[in-house]
Amino acid sequence: MLCFEDFKPGHLGRFGPRRITREEILAFAAEFDPQPMHLDEEAASRSMLKGLSGSGWHLCSIIMRMMFDGFIGRTASLGSPGVNELRWLAPLRPGDEVTLDIEVTEVRVSRSRPTTGIVTFKAVASNAAGQALCEMVSPIIVQRRDDIALGQAGR
Amino acid sequence: MNFFEDIKIGQRRELGSFTFTADSIKKFAAEFDPQRFHLDEEEGRKSLFGGLAASGWHVASACMKLLVQEGQRLAKEAAARGESVAAFGPSPGFRELRWIRPVLAGDTISFATEVRSLRPSSSKPKWAVLEARHTGTNQRSELVFSVLATAFVPRRNDMAEPGKRVPR
Repeated sequence: MLCFEDFKPGHLGRFGPRRITREEILAFAAEFDPQPMHLDEEAASRSMLKGLSGSGWHLCSIIMRMMFDGFIGRTASLGSPGVNELRWLAPLRPGDEVTLDIEVTEVRVSRSRPTTGIVTFKAVASNAAGQALCEMVSPIIVQRRDDIALGQAGR
Repeated sequence: MNFFEDIKIGQRRELGSFTFTADSIKKFAAEFDPQRFHLDEEEGRKSLFGGLAASGWHVASACMKLLVQEGQRLAKEAAARGESVAAFGPSPGFRELRWIRPVLAGDTISFATEVRSLRPSSSKPKWAVLEARHTGTNQRSELVFSVLATAFVPRRNDMAEPGKRVPR
């Protein structure tokens, strides 16, 4: 398990690519974001995004899954308090191969819960052409190694 | 969904509520956020959340669902009055998204939105840029979710560029 001490400022990794199908885009939009630009080819072609695009919240959820598969799944993560900033830069299209770059921007020990630390990272999701689709800065709360060591000593 | 000209800063709308069942929490988590505290009651109880907790992205997506529903309701009403219908533009992003308290299995979250700022878009003359604070409150009146979101809203065509209006 990766602990707080394993995260250092700098590039953490590049994950994916993950191919996003038209069916996935339509299924997410039907459930959570049923706007014509995410559901209907004809209406989408007349929209500002000029063609069928995935919901921005779908892309966020895909980024979450790619982060889980990339590193959070093997991190002693306790969850996240939120997202500082997120920008949707270009539309997610059916068939896009999404690659995720993760950079750690800040690490600090939690003041309110000293057995944990806050790791802030910047995530950039790009398509196969290298065009950035979404940029996000978000902290996660991660268990500190000392605490794990103490816990194991007690067993 | 309203046009730029109909929107006032401070306007607040109640968007309705969304109940997070254990099944829906696990289904969303299995696809997008399979952290143990989103998938299993016992793991949830042992976590900081104190119970099976919805993924934060599930909470945000439920908020979007209710925003779209409200927009579609307003559009239907405008159409029934014979008025032109304003359609959502895409969003350039958001900031200050806060998962303030866990959303646990069985919780019902009521969402609301309040207009914080509004200005004509400098690059897109038919559009304005709206900033709104969306919030979610649980059945105990505790604030659980908040986000400051930006969206493009359409301007009424005949008022978009008054300087370029053709005299009738």
